[in-house]
Order: sequence, then structure tokens, then C-alpha cells
Amino acid sequence: MAGYTYVILVPLIPLVTFLLLGLFGRYLGRSSGMIGTAGLLAATLLSFLTAFQYFFGANHVNGVYEPISAFKHTWLQFSPGLSIDMGIMLDPISVMMIVVVTFIALMVHLFSLGYMKGEERFTTYYAFLSLFTFSMLGLVLSVNIFQVYMFWELVGVSSYLLIGFYFQKASAVAASKKAFIVTRFADFGFLIGILILGFYGGSLDIATLVERLTNTASPEFIAITAASFFGISVLTWALTLVFIGGAGKSAMFPLHVWLPDAMEGPTPVSALIHAATMVVAGVYLVARLFPIFSMNSAVLSLVTWVGVASALIAAIIACTQTDIKRVLAYSTMSQIGFMMFSQGLSKTSGEDGLGYMASMFHLFTHAFFKSLLFLCAGAVIHYVHSNEMRDMGGLRKLMPVTHACFLIACLAIAGIPPFAGFFSKEEILLTAWNENLFVYGIGLFTAAVTAFYMFRLYFSIFWSQPFPTHAKQPATAHQQEGSLTMQLPLVILALCTIAAGLVPFSKFVTADGRPLETHFNPLFSVPPVLLSIIAILVAAELFKHGDGRAANIAAGLGLVYKAASKKFYVDELYLFVTKKIIFPFAGRPAAWFDRNVVDGCINGLAYITASTSNAIRWVQSGRLQHYTLYFFGGIAGLAIIFIYLWK
Amino acid sequence: MYDVPLSHVLFVSTALFFIGMYGLFTRRNMITMLMALELLLNSVNINFIAFNKYLYPGKLDGVFFTIFIITIAAAEAAVAIAIIINLYRSHKSIDIESAAELKF
Amino acid sequence: MTASQVLFYAISTVILGSGILAVTSQRIFRSAIWLLLCLVGIAGLYFWMQVEFIAAVQIVVYVGGIVVLIIFSIFLTQESGKELPKPIMRRTVFALLATLFGFAFTYNLVYGHGFAAPTGEAFNVSVAEIGTQMLSTTNNGYILPFEVVSMLLLSAMIGCIVIAMKPPSNKNAGADMLFAQDVPGTRLITPGVVEPDLISEEV
Repeated sequence: MAGYTYVILVPLIPLVTFLLLGLFGRYLGRSSGMIGTAGLLAATLLSFLTAFQYFFGANHVNGVYEPISAFKHTWLQFSPGLSIDMGIMLDPISVMMIVVVTFIALMVHLFSLGYMKGEERFTTYYAFLSLFTFSMLGLVLSVNIFQVYMFWELVGVSSYLLIGFYFQKASAVAASKKAFIVTRFADFGFLIGILILGFYGGSLDIATLVERLTNTASPEFIAITAASFFGISVLTWALTLVFIGGAGKSAMFPLHVWLPDAMEGPTPVSALIHAATMVVAGVYLVARLFPIFSMNSAVLSLVTWVGVASALIAAIIACTQTDIKRVLAYSTMSQIGFMMFSQGLSKTSGEDGLGYMASMFHLFTHAFFKSLLFLCAGAVIHYVHSNEMRDMGGLRKLMPVTHACFLIACLAIAGIPPFAGFFSKEEILLTAWNENLFVYGIGLFTAAVTAFYMFRLYFSIFWSQPFPTHAKQPATAHQQEGSLTMQLPLVILALCTIAAGLVPFSKFVTADGRPLETHFNPLFSVPPVLLSIIAILVAAELFKHGDGRAANIAAGLGLVYKAASKKFYVDELYLFVTKKIIFPFAGRPAAWFDRNVVDGCINGLAYITASTSNAIRWVQSGRLQHYTLYFFGGIAGLAIIFIYLWK
Repeated sequence: MYDVPLSHVLFVSTALFFIGMYGLFTRRNMITMLMALELLLNSVNINFIAFNKYLYPGKLDGVFFTIFIITIAAAEAAVAIAIIINLYRSHKSIDIESAAELKF
Repeated sequence: MTASQVLFYAISTVILGSGILAVTSQRIFRSAIWLLLCLVGIAGLYFWMQVEFIAAVQIVVYVGGIVVLIIFSIFLTQESGKELPKPIMRRTVFALLATLFGFAFTYNLVYGHGFAAPTGEAFNVSVAEIGTQMLSTTNNGYILPFEVVSMLLLSAMIGCIVIAMKPPSNKNAGADMLFAQDVPGTRLITPGVVEPDLISEEV
């Protein structure tokens, strides 16, 4: 137990760098990037040490990895049972998450040294990155569900700050506002969910809550299932609301609208926040409370179907987008959909807990290959100075390292063995095969579509027509592939992408903490891989040559293509709801009330005060003799009162 | 000595007090107001001495109070005149009406 | 009517009459002289009450100090012969009513109070007695108020000097100007006027 106190340094180091850069940044100048990176390097090494000690140390009781509370400080005590604690909980998923978060954050810090070079607000950028890293680590290590919520909001704030980093651009400002409002809306659900769970569970401590609400005989469980609201048990409500919070952060359909717009932020930020770490917070949240979720099949099937819908819709939309970062954003949403439905189909223990493990495994591998994809996209954008696919093409000769890394990442996400994505995706599909064939079918189709759009991206960027000389920037000498600090993270991540799938993940992270034997079944893997390869070939045929074949097919699809390229009009629907329904029927009357009644009261009060004092201001004439007269009158009045009337 | 009743002495002091009061109300020149103020203080002194002599002849407290009041009156007059001179320097007048800035 | 009574009423008449004139006279210098007379009258009242020490203090401090101070300040700030501005009529009426009412009210109270008759005890106000008790540190001593009042006088004196001093900024400006002309080593040489020692040096 005592051996883990140092883990508190893992979130604290980024906090210290944040304060350092935030307060003294102006004196640090260029060196701030180095400071941030060095601090994070220390945190990364510590988290590796933690993982090593945790997974290979002595706390393997009966073959189960015990949750360890490394540090706990009771912060706000509401009642003997109910308190908000700040602490650090180590269990397989949190250890896995700190490794992922610190590692990816380190890569992004490193990459940003080159990518953000010469940026005016370089120091601010690193300060925000440190803030984000701190919040994310605090989130994954939380012992208390309210601590989760606080860091959840901090993560949202730092995401908002980083999306709006280029605040001179109107679109970036709009995107940051959109991200903040949409996720905040979802977080409202999360907060209510927390309050319900805390009220019925009598505790905010995650371990206590899980213990009480999974025991069907406990009074808390009986109370929360017996109470009902609109005919649905309160437990279902609470979990649904918590899931809404998670879905908002993880950009699940229909709360996904903010994620594509969030690509307005700097590309390394997208790699860190909107691909590898923050967006999987929803998945992590469900995993954290998974024992409770598994008590309620209704919510689990909601999780499943939201995940499936997100995976499919996002994949289809991704095929039609032309902004490479948006393609990647939809791809992220689709992959998170996979993780979600995998959890939704899972059970808590044994073989049936495969889905949980698969979800975490996919989270793990996805972090590597998706951040790699984003960083490659960042390198490409750095080179081309454009996000648009049509400005690119034929870059494979010009950017060999980026090309190789991007290809590896694409193969990984397409699920081609032996790259990382293959293993995790196989586990997910296996879960679906065991539990629900319909979901399996959609999963298979989505996986194929994933391979298609990723290779559409790949061929459009690196093959297609030769690099257009009419692009915005003429090819000059300064256009090299990028500095060493930009290439190094790509190579490291590419190696991880190759290797991550070989990690015996099921030994470490499972639903019940017991190692799980996974059976590799070559026959089962044939259909998905085959489909992916076919999809890749189709993509190659359509996009490799850069001629009009793809456009013809798109024209042939007509309305379907148009709907997909317009993202199925979800944004328009939201706009319609807000502008045509909420504003005129709720916003305007509220504004009228505010302006006329609330302000009217205040103004009236001020008016009365002003007119009263105006009426009696002649009393203060400034003439000494008036004052002596008043004084005399006062004394005389008091004398009369006390002598004659007060007997 | 005691053939004049105390109330007659008090009549003089009370009348003097209200004469001073009247001067304080009506005078516009600050020096004359200061004079009226001196009358007020003197009427109080008469009271103290008279009460001491008529009611508590065995003690000297009234006398001491008178002495202290005279001392303080001297200090007060000096400060008041310093203020008046300063005011005259800035306003070129010691009319109380011209120093009426301290208002709403 | 005894001589003492006659003396008292005469002194009272002088006090009240000169007091009224002091607050109503339209010439400020005359007003000051009436005040002087009034204060002398009060000193006379103290003599009549056989508190000679207080009477002496009254004359020394009031007549010799304060009134002289007032007259000085009148010289500093007024043309003494000029008539004072007329008091505002409305305010005069109000002040008269207020003071008459106040006087009637107060004297009514005093008259109706019924003070105890004089005990006939001896009233010893010798200077020795006053001095002993004034500087005594025993129970009825007045040493503490005495010291406090001395501090008050000191601070009032300093305060008067500070208040009545000319604003220092003017003085400094003047000093600067003087200094600028007196900088050592610079000599004002008016064009056209040749100084004799310069000529002799050149020759």
C-alpha cells in the first residue's frame, strides 16, 4: 500500500508545470516548451513505474488485481457517509489509462515543439496542454465520483481553451463555444445522475457505490430499484443520465456535433484530446461504473445501440468528408462507438466479460494509432498549409517518414494483422458474435467502411495526382518534412502501433480483475480481414489515380451521398430546434421578463432612492448656521421628549 | 453674599447662553461667530462657579472645571483663528456664506 | 436691598447688555469691544462670588489673551471700520424665536427645580488650596486632567502653526527661483555693460 504514494506526483507534475508556465510564462519564452515536455517526461516515467509495480508487483491476490487507494484526502464532509474526497485509486483500468495519457501527452508535447514553433502564444499553449494533462490524469485516478465530475469539467475547460486557441478565427471561437455548450449540456445529465446515485447510494465514493449497488440484497439497491419515476426505475434514470454525460464527452450520436468542429484547434491538440484521451473519457466512465451498469440491462442496451448507431453513422459520414481532420474526427467517433457497444454487450465476469476487456483493449490500441494518424495529419498540414484533401496528393515521395507511419496507422485501424487494431477489433466483433448477431453484422460492415475511408484518405494524400504545384505555398527549400522533434514521435507511435496489439491485454485488464484466457480463432478472423482488404482495394482503385471515378460514383449515389456529406443534417436539426423553438418560445419571454421585471425592480429601486435623496438634498446646504439650527432643534426636541414625555 | 438667590445667577447665565446662541445663528462673519461661542463658554463657567459656591461650598470641582474650560477655550480660539486665517487666504472672505462648498 | 444685591444686578445688567450688543453690533470692532466689556463683567461677577483666582484667570486669559487674539485677526482679515453684512431677515426671525423658546424652556426648568438652600459652609478658594488639589495625586487630585490639558495645549499650538502656515509649495517655488539666480559660478552679464574686472583681465 505504502509503496504507491509517489503516484500522486503523476498528476501533480503537470499541475506544477501549468502553474509555472501560466504564471511566469512571459519570462520563460521559448524554453517553456522544454519545461512542459521535461515535466511530462518525468510523469510518464513515473506512470510506467506505477504500471510495472502494479502489474508485476506483489498485489496479485488470488489471481485478481486488487484496487489500491494510493492516497485519499477527505475534502468536503457533508454527512458521516457522504463526502467529497480527493484521492488516487489504482486499479487495472486507471493504471492503463495513466500510461496511455502520459505517453500520448508526451508524444504530443514533443511533436508540438516543432509544430507550434514560432507561434505567438507558444507558452500559453504549453500551459493549457499541462492543464489538460493534469485534469485528465486526475479524472482517471479519481476515487470519488464527484472528483471525477470536477476533473471532468476541468478537462472540458481545457478542451475549450485549446479548441479556441486560434481565437482570431471566428470559426475556432464558434467551435470552442459549441464544444463547451454541447458537452456542458451533457454534463448536466451527468451531474444529476451523480446526485441521484449519491442520494440513494448514500456515498460518493466509487468503491462504496459499486459495492452497495451491485449487491441486490443491500438496502440501497432495494431503495433505488424500488423508487420509480415516470414508470422507470430510478437506477435506470441515474445510469442513463450518467451515460448521457459520458456520451457528450465521447461524442456519441446524437451529441457528436461538437467533435468535427473541434478540429479547429491545433492538430496536436486534436491528437491528444479529441482522439486519444478526453473523448474516451465517456468509455472510461462507463467502465469505471461498469458493475453498476451491468445490473441494469435496459441501460446496457441503450449503451449498445448508441454505440452501434454512432459507429455506423460516423463511418458513413467519414466517407464523404474532404477535410482530412474531419475524416479523422468521424473515424474517432466511429471507433468510440465500437468501444461503447462492446461494453454494452459485456457481462461482468469470466468469458462473458470479454466485451469489457475488448473495449478497454480497443481504447488502448486506438489511442496509439489514432494519435499517430492525427500527428501525421498535423505533419501533412504543416507541410501543405491546408486541411483540404484536394490540395494534397503525391506526398509519398516528399514525406517518406510520415507516409510510412500513416500507412501503418491506416492498416492498424482497418484491422489488418498484425497491427494493433486487428486484435482489439477482433475481440469486439467476437463479443458481438456471441451476444447479438445483428450488432455483429453492423460491426462487420462498419469495419469494412472504416478500411475504405481510411484508405481513401491515405491514397488521396499520398498518391492520387502529383503534388499540385499550384498549392497555396510554392515548394521552397524550407519545406522539409519537419524537424526531428516532429518525426520522432511519429516513429515511436508507429512502433507502438505495431507492438501494442501483442500486449497480452486480457491478462491485465478484465471486467472482474481475473486474467482472461482469450482464444485466437483464425477462422473467425477471416471475414473481417477479407472485407477490409476488399475495401482497401476498392479505395485504391477509386482514389489512387486521382481521376474522376470516385466523383462519378458519388454523383450516382445522389441523395444518399449528399445527406452523408451534410452529416445527415444533425447540425441543421439542432439549429432548427434552438433557433425556431427554444429561442422564440423560451429565450425571448425569459429575456423580456429579465429586461422588464427583474431589471425593472432594480431600476425602480435605484429611481426611488435617487428621487428621495434629490428631494431632501437641500438639507445638506453646506451652511454652518443651518446645521447649528438643526443641532439646536434636535437637542430641544430630545429635551422635550425626555423631560415631559418620557416620565 | 447669599442674599441673591441661585436662580437669579442662573438667569444671567441662561440669558447669556441664549444671547450667544442668537449670535451664533445670525452672525455671518466667522470672527463674530467665534465671539458668540466665547459667550456660550462663559455662561457655562458662571454656572459651574455658581453651583459650586451655592450648593457644594466644601469642594472645588466647579472651580477646576472652570479652569480647564478656560484653558480649552483658549486653545479652541487659537485653532479657530488659525482656520479662519487660512480660509481667508483661500476664499478672500471670512463670510460663512462663502464657505458653503460642503454640500450635496 | 443690600449693597451686594445692588452690585449683582448692576454687574448682571452690564454682562447681558454688552453681550447683546456684542452679538448685534454692525461694526465688528465695536462688537469686539462689547465682548471685552462683557468678559470683564463676568470677571466682576466672579469677584462678587469671591472666587478671586478665577476672576484673575478670566481677565488674564480672556480679556488679555483671547480678545486680543480676536482683535488681531480682525485687523488681519477685515477693514475694521466697515459695516458687517446685514443678517438674513428670515434667519434672524427664526433665530430669535428659537432662542426665546429655548430660554423660556430652560429657565422654566431652572426656576421650577427648587435648589437646596445654601448650607452656609465656608467656601475656601484660596490659591494655595487650588494649587494643592490641582497637583495632588490622591483621590481628589486633578493631576491627570492637568497633564492631559497641557498636552492638548501643546498639540493645539502646533496645530495652529501648521494650519496657519503658508502652503509650502509657494515657498518652494520662490526658493527655487532664488536659487536659480544664485547658482555659484554663473554670473549675469548684461549685454552692453562691460564689467571692469573682465576688462582688466583682458588687458
